[in-house]
Amino acid sequence: MSKSNFTRRGVLKTSVLAGGALAVPTIFDGSVWADGHTGFTNAPEGGTVTLGFNVPQSGPYADEGADELRAYELAVEHLNGGGDGGMLNTFTSKTLDGTGINGKKVEYVTGDTQTKSDAARASARSMIEKDGAIMITGGSSSGVAVAVQALCQEAGVIFMAGLTHSNDTTGKDRKANGFRHFFNSYMSGAALAPVLAANYGTDRKAYHLTADYNWGYTTEEAVRSSTEAMGWETVNAVKTPLTQTDFSSYIAPVLQSGADTLILNHYGGNMVNSLTNAVQFGLRDKQVNGKDFQIVVPLYSRLMAKGAGANVKGIFGSTNWHWSLTDEGSKAFVKSFGTKYGFPPSQAAHTCYVQTLLYADAVNRAGSFNPCAVVEALEGYEFDGLGNGPTLYRADDHQCFKDVLVVKGKENPTSEFDLLEIVEITPRAQVEYAPDHPQMGGAAATLGTCNPGA
Amino acid sequence: MFGLSTKDTTLLLFVAALTLLAPFLLNPFPENSAMAQFNAGYPDLMQRFVIFGTFAIGFNILFGLTGYLSFGHAAFLGVGSYGAIWMMKLLTLNVIPAIIMGVIFAGLFALLVGYISLRRSGIYFSILTLAFAQMSYALAYSVLTPITGGETGLQLKATDTPLLSNLAPGEIGRANLFGVDMRSSYELVIGDWLFTFNAGYYIAAVCMLIGFYISIRIFRSPFGMMLRAVKSNQQRMNYTGLNSKPYTLAAFVISGMYAGLAGGLMVAMDTQVGPERMFWTASGEVVLMAILGGVGTLIGPVLGAGMIKYMENILSKINDAILHQWFAFMPDGIENLLVAIFHPFIGKGWHLTLGMLFMLIVIFLPGGLVEGGQRIGRIFRRRDRKADSVESDAAKQRKPAE
Repeated sequence: MSKSNFTRRGVLKTSVLAGGALAVPTIFDGSVWADGHTGFTNAPEGGTVTLGFNVPQSGPYADEGADELRAYELAVEHLNGGGDGGMLNTFTSKTLDGTGINGKKVEYVTGDTQTKSDAARASARSMIEKDGAIMITGGSSSGVAVAVQALCQEAGVIFMAGLTHSNDTTGKDRKANGFRHFFNSYMSGAALAPVLAANYGTDRKAYHLTADYNWGYTTEEAVRSSTEAMGWETVNAVKTPLTQTDFSSYIAPVLQSGADTLILNHYGGNMVNSLTNAVQFGLRDKQVNGKDFQIVVPLYSRLMAKGAGANVKGIFGSTNWHWSLTDEGSKAFVKSFGTKYGFPPSQAAHTCYVQTLLYADAVNRAGSFNPCAVVEALEGYEFDGLGNGPTLYRADDHQCFKDVLVVKGKENPTSEFDLLEIVEITPRAQVEYAPDHPQMGGAAATLGTCNPGA
Repeated sequence: MFGLSTKDTTLLLFVAALTLLAPFLLNPFPENSAMAQFNAGYPDLMQRFVIFGTFAIGFNILFGLTGYLSFGHAAFLGVGSYGAIWMMKLLTLNVIPAIIMGVIFAGLFALLVGYISLRRSGIYFSILTLAFAQMSYALAYSVLTPITGGETGLQLKATDTPLLSNLAPGEIGRANLFGVDMRSSYELVIGDWLFTFNAGYYIAAVCMLIGFYISIRIFRSPFGMMLRAVKSNQQRMNYTGLNSKPYTLAAFVISGMYAGLAGGLMVAMDTQVGPERMFWTASGEVVLMAILGGVGTLIGPVLGAGMIKYMENILSKINDAILHQWFAFMPDGIENLLVAIFHPFIGKGWHLTLGMLFMLIVIFLPGGLVEGGQRIGRIFRRRDRKADSVESDAAKQRKPAE
């Protein structure tokens, strides 16, 4: 360096400054997470309570995110006594009467997760630190859900997961402060397998194309083990990069492999592209081993079906909820969503709406916003009237257990929303599993203890 | 002081004052006012300001001095983060070893990438670094899932038992510095104002100030002069018999280590890493930060980083409901019209606002925010119009990257 003038004076000055800098950390005592002296993070003051809606507004899942936000706004409206009340009228618990949560008016803040865990955590932290949110909800991918769930556990607020299908969210990455209403990969596999066996027989040879990330892995594992259990053989499982848009080079080897069923463990744009490629290659017109070639998509959503157009006709998959269900809860929700926005809600919208109601109801029943009281109120809670039939929030892993819908692409859709038809409603008992199931992280996975933050 | 000229000392003290008083400066609006939306003085964002400031300072040593435009700097940030979190998982929850490990890993990786990429210059160099960064991203996203946690990334878990920390079974570790939790804060309430002094922020701020000081020393050293020579004409330099490669490689590694420091700090403040931290858009972001603030100036990149992070975190959280609140005093028709006009620029539209601002700055203030500051300064100091501010000599060096 050019000027190194270590004079006695300079050294003294420097060391005083350095000493001051080192002393800085010792003056901190209180914890911002324990705001006030109410015993838990962000205890609501005054007549309002703030919820944080953290959804992807940009990036690959922006469509789902927009629909989730619509559902949240609708839920807030209903909780505050506006609109027609939606599912508040069909929910078996009657604590929600349009007076907000615990008598406090519901306000909300929104954020953009960008479908990146860093951005999602930054957004969630700003909701907790700046806006005083008492509960964070949303998300449209499992990576983000796992990241934000862990943050909420550390911060001492409740996390109500949005659309996240990977086993890990309530499997190996489960947390005491986190809850998931959506179904998961294991349930998809368990629900699909019997339907596939009934329609395609028990001696098929399956070929998997799997999106190369965590959700893909857990879905492949789930579908593979449930189909193998009923006699199918897995010929090959190939991982495809998430950013892939042209799957021709992955589809071509499928026919040479001797497989007669292609399973696409893809979601969103990936699935739209891979399915379109597969159909263009004429796979569905082929005969292999004396059987018609078939394609299966484990996780379906209406938005994906829309993207893939006519290619989805007759293809089996599973879904958490569909707007054509005719129970009272679903009808009420579809009606109020349709009145407000002019089109039927997606499954992402449904799960987010339901999660908000479940949280509000749990607070009312507990009589407190304290996260530990809410956790206690939700654990082992049985309810009905929210569109999925009788449902249990299991205490061991904070996963909802309910019926799973097996759907297939409709042959003659009547509108751009009427793309899927329900083939079977798989009863809850058939998709249940032990909390320490190997696919769920085994015995090592624990919830830990609830964290109220203070 | 510290072996700096008076001007540089003033600049350093100015930056130090800005960072240390940030909790006051960033919270100018009372807690319950409508303008509180624009307050940025909460721990997470303040931490991000200084961390990305560090990142941009390091990037500027390479881009600002040598003119080599690296399009893969986020890879070093990511490698630093992964190094740091593994240190916390395995050795200790104290942040210092984690940060040091982040710097070392990023430095080693930068040495490898730099050694290969610096064989070419200009656009070829940029593409090579971009390729390396995307490669690391893809590896972290899927192939190396056992080490990187794949898409889900890595977090501290109840099952982690660092060697030197005694956690109760089932307890999730928290990053600390000799017992001071990174998340602990002291809150000062003055009237309607709330100021938060966060431990983690001040640790990150001290790291950034040290980084800033080193960057000034590099800028003013003979080594820095060599790097500037590379920028103005590398060929001529080679013809005079000087081998410029060791200099550019050293600059590359140093700037990679800064990125590693930023990555380590990110983990120290918020104990999680995900692969999208290495995605090419993250590399592009730091280029934007440098250009927005003023390439080749000392303070510019820090300002640019602050600006981008502010937009990302504050603007993206404004939604239509808030707009309606603001314009509620207007008649209904005008209110709805105003909301409709502003709608594309807020919430998810923050990218659009940032893009427009970026264009305006590049077109009208090619020297970035620093040039803007200088122009304003000149209005007030008409007499010595020619007097150089601290930054102007560096700014004059600006020349488009080859």
